[in-house]
Amino acid sequence: MLKIRGLRASVGGKEILKGVDMAVNAGEVHAIMGPNGSGKSTLAHVLAGREGYVVTGGEVVYEGKNLLELAPELRAREGVFLAFQYPVEIPGVSNTYFLKASLNEIRKHRGLEELDAVDFLSLVRQKLKIVDIDQDLLNRPVNAGFSGGEKKRNEIFQMAVLEPRLAILDETDSGLDIDALRTIAGGVNKLRSSDKAIMVVTHYQRLLHYIVPDFVHVLLDGRIVKSGGKELALELEEKGYDWVQEEVGAQSR
Amino acid sequence: MAEIAERTGSFLEGFDAFLRSAASRSPERLQAMRRSAIDRLASTGFPSKRDEEWKYTNISPVLERVFAPVITSQGNGVARRDVDRFTFGAVAWHTLVFIDGHFSRELSTLHPLHDGVIIGSLAETIDRQFEAIEPYLARVTPHDTDAFTALNTAFLRDGGFVFVPDAVAIESPVHLLYVATGGTGAHMVHPRNLIVARENSAVTVVESFVRISDGVCFTNPVTEIVMGPHASVEHYKLQDESPDAYHVGSIHSRQGRDSVYTSICVSLGAALSRHNIVSTLDGKGAECTLNGLFTATGTRHVDVHTTIDHLQPNCSSREVYKGILDGRSHGVFNGKIIVRPDAQKSDARQTNKNLLLDGRARINTKPQLEIFANDVKCTHGATVGRLEAESLFYMRSRGIGEQTARAILTKAFASEIVDFIKPDPIRAHLDSVLHEQIEHMGEAMIPGGA
Repeated sequence: MLKIRGLRASVGGKEILKGVDMAVNAGEVHAIMGPNGSGKSTLAHVLAGREGYVVTGGEVVYEGKNLLELAPELRAREGVFLAFQYPVEIPGVSNTYFLKASLNEIRKHRGLEELDAVDFLSLVRQKLKIVDIDQDLLNRPVNAGFSGGEKKRNEIFQMAVLEPRLAILDETDSGLDIDALRTIAGGVNKLRSSDKAIMVVTHYQRLLHYIVPDFVHVLLDGRIVKSGGKELALELEEKGYDWVQEEVGAQSR
Repeated sequence: MAEIAERTGSFLEGFDAFLRSAASRSPERLQAMRRSAIDRLASTGFPSKRDEEWKYTNISPVLERVFAPVITSQGNGVARRDVDRFTFGAVAWHTLVFIDGHFSRELSTLHPLHDGVIIGSLAETIDRQFEAIEPYLARVTPHDTDAFTALNTAFLRDGGFVFVPDAVAIESPVHLLYVATGGTGAHMVHPRNLIVARENSAVTVVESFVRISDGVCFTNPVTEIVMGPHASVEHYKLQDESPDAYHVGSIHSRQGRDSVYTSICVSLGAALSRHNIVSTLDGKGAECTLNGLFTATGTRHVDVHTTIDHLQPNCSSREVYKGILDGRSHGVFNGKIIVRPDAQKSDARQTNKNLLLDGRARINTKPQLEIFANDVKCTHGATVGRLEAESLFYMRSRGIGEQTARAILTKAFASEIVDFIKPDPIRAHLDSVLHEQIEHMGEAMIPGGA
């Protein structure tokens, strides 16, 4: 589904990604772990097409297409979804309006008929249950005045409605209490399926108790330095990132 | 002298003909008022950019042209179906239609009224019962207020007259619909509206300025609003004129004790438009709200000058103005708040927010506070910004194309003002007009945008 080869990217003239290689297949959940500043969020944003993140080398092939050539909206229509670490508040635009516009753009792109207000609402009611979100939230402006937990829930709710093929969760666990974490992880797990892939970007192993990954990658200083199964996450929790750093250092010496 | 002549344009020339013809049957006291007004204009001329109040708005394009007064009303062959699209489908409203400044009884819709209520043409009321008008006319807005008011007063003839007696609430809004036909060559109209809301009365008045077809015209309306104690007036002004239109208008209100006045002014188009909105809080505990929205595209110029004058204690004023400027347009907002020495416990809040959709668009915004009392609350703030890159990316990351995302965000910016509008028909109308206008904004910036 996704092949990243030698991806290099810089932000504000500073190189952050220094040659990332990884492959994600349908049905898999990949965790990208690493300390602060290792490039995890940069990788997520580069995949979503954020302006200001300049790709300086390498390639990203998604479903046979050169992902890096596509505008952010086209990536989304092709099924790429980024759950933001800091979801953006948009006063004056209701959640419902926003989500209906998004869904219909995606449906149009896939050759499906646009949903009218009635069909949309019944779809939304169904999806609300997945993340246990209050229906009142729908009529409020997008993320405006939402608590941290509500914002994160709203991201997963959007994901449930838009049904992406590749979902990238950028530090979705940051700032969540244990109940919220459990609800959100539960929502994500309900969206796992054999034709979809999920990339979980996180600093902590905590979330991975609930969203159990098939693969864990450690990103250090812009490169994936170690990959393994879910047990790698546990090892990291126990020993910290310094351990990997030392191991990598030893290898390169 | 030569300089003043330059600054009076061609406006003095049509005056004698106007006095001899359309206005000839007017009462002598009105004739005298018109003459004083034209004398004042002749002696002072129009302001230039050297005047502080006109620093950013160059009115030379208005002065360089010759606009003919529309002396008699021919109706210009306008049929009801031509004006129907401007009435918001609000059939229950009292709708007074003015074609090129002249009242058309055939095109208007007038419903039965309470005893003592008058809703009608100012010209007809001047001819039939001048005594009903005289105690109020040119009191809130004296002829020498400024040059454009002098001009309006000199050519004062028709407009809307609304009189609401004590303790009467008029349920349906009164719509003063000014239609430019665009078919009379470069012409000028000077509508004069007089709204009198006596003690404990209530009324909603909507003024709209629209055109059937594009054409060069100069609209110079003056609206006076006189409010008694405990009166409540909601006033809307919607201006959506030809790209070749010039509009310089004033709205002056004077409020009695504990009265509530709400003004919403929406300016969507003309080559040049200037709105002077002056609200005088002249009774204890009076409240006023001045909200508005202005948009401009291309090379258009829009200027809003508001003044809120706190004369008496315990009054409050709220003001939110928003501007959306695209292309090479130029916006001006000047919000003056005066708190007089007696006006203790005044509470005034003012906000002006502007959105520039194009790097070439400009805005000059200035809050101006003149506070002469010590126990007052007065806040103000102005912002100038662009669409947030964060918000745009967020929307695009959900599949919404860039142009659509811009339109949604721009409309959201305007929605705060649109949501203030209470009558559903106006809100719905404005929603669709703005939708149409905003969809085409910023297009030049995104070659091949979605």
